[in-house]
Amino acid sequence: MGLTADEFTIQFIATLVKFAIVAGLLLQIPPVMVWVERRVPAMMQRRKGPNRVGIFKWRIYGLMQSLADTIKLIFKEEVVPEGAQKAFYHLAPVFSVFPAFLIAMAIPYGPDIHAFGTTIPLSIIRVDVGFLFIFAVSSLAVYGVTIAGWASNNKYSLLGSLRASAQMISYEIPLGMSLIPIVLIYGTLDLNKIVEAQSHFWKWGVFLSPVSFLLFLIAMFAETNRAPFDLAEAEGELVAGFHTEYTSAKFAAFFLGEYVSMFVLSCLASTVFFGGWQVPFFSVQKLDDLTGFIGVSALIGHVTLMLKATFFMWLYIWVRWTIPRFRYDQLMSLGWKYMIPLGLVNVVVTAVVIAAFRFS
Amino acid sequence: MNPYIPVLIVLIFGLTLGAILSGLAAFLGPKNPRPEKIDPYECGVPKVTGANEKMSVKFYLTAILFILFDIETIFLYLWAKAFPQLGWFGVAEVMVFMVILVAGYIYVVKRGALEWD
Repeated sequence: MGLTADEFTIQFIATLVKFAIVAGLLLQIPPVMVWVERRVPAMMQRRKGPNRVGIFKWRIYGLMQSLADTIKLIFKEEVVPEGAQKAFYHLAPVFSVFPAFLIAMAIPYGPDIHAFGTTIPLSIIRVDVGFLFIFAVSSLAVYGVTIAGWASNNKYSLLGSLRASAQMISYEIPLGMSLIPIVLIYGTLDLNKIVEAQSHFWKWGVFLSPVSFLLFLIAMFAETNRAPFDLAEAEGELVAGFHTEYTSAKFAAFFLGEYVSMFVLSCLASTVFFGGWQVPFFSVQKLDDLTGFIGVSALIGHVTLMLKATFFMWLYIWVRWTIPRFRYDQLMSLGWKYMIPLGLVNVVVTAVVIAAFRFS
Repeated sequence: MNPYIPVLIVLIFGLTLGAILSGLAAFLGPKNPRPEKIDPYECGVPKVTGANEKMSVKFYLTAILFILFDIETIFLYLWAKAFPQLGWFGVAEVMVFMVILVAGYIYVVKRGALEWD
């Protein structure tokens, strides 16, 4: 890209600003989600849930509970178990946090902004190989789990981490295969171009490739170790799985990693299958010209994407309190014996149908 | 601007954040370990054996199969990107590829590599 020095400066500053906004957003997610995850089941089971902690006399439905929990977690004593592999024990939370952040930056959060004589994309990492980058980075998340379990010197941790890592790598294949038809349909690996191609409501990925969406949805739950696939922390069998021996801020780090990766996969599902920042039956990009303000389209697009992602976050909790946990052999046979063949068939059928339409 | 400059920024931030969270407890919390406290948790009873026990070979097998199938998936991505240029030739080629892949998959299933008991 032939950029002048001025443009380079603008792009660099814009990157830092965008990065600060998204990082701030991501850090807000775990506290809010912990609160939602306690209030929503309470609602579903007709109990109250945390509703006391507030600021002075304003209780705001107990929203400050998570803040109190966070402060408590940080100031608690850190107990390192006897015989733990010290270096790896301290490294594991780092590995569970940074892949989720790295993927979050590759998601297009809104339409491009045309300002200051240049085009500012609303995704921090805008690479041509979007999908491949996401898969490459998401594979790193397995290391956090594996190292945590192995370094803790605890049988429950080791078993939990073995289960979790086997599950995560098993479901990465269906997750990858479910997105190949999307690449075939839209003909690009760039996430932003995929969103732009979904400008019409009936061109959304979920309508063009419903089987892909089904596979992606199931793999998404398994990949984040959430119910009904939360065998890694089946509390009846394994105490808390791979983070049994983790206390205080390190425990919080695992939670941060888990919720951010949930959010990222929700954003990815919205981006690929539900039109990302596109509003149905309405062209968002025209808003800038209509209103005369630069950035209105970006704001509306961003809010749209967040609403779509919120739906998936809600779905995570909804499913958790609806469907019972799978057995481990059922989980593995679902992944290997049903989802992978279905994924392969899906790829072949999509390829033949597209070829029949385009090359006939 | 090179699109991989932001990757570097985010990577540094992510590692720093992880390190801060990981290191925070060490500076802020109290420190008074006792033998009972730092004993690995086994539901309250003293630990029986160490954690480095034998583990099922199934996990290694899953890892090997993952590597095989993941490479196929990534290969299919590149094929999918080049699909418009390849035309019917691409469809025929991927059919041959699929036949070989499915033959291997059937072999794996028949040998019972995917059975968990």
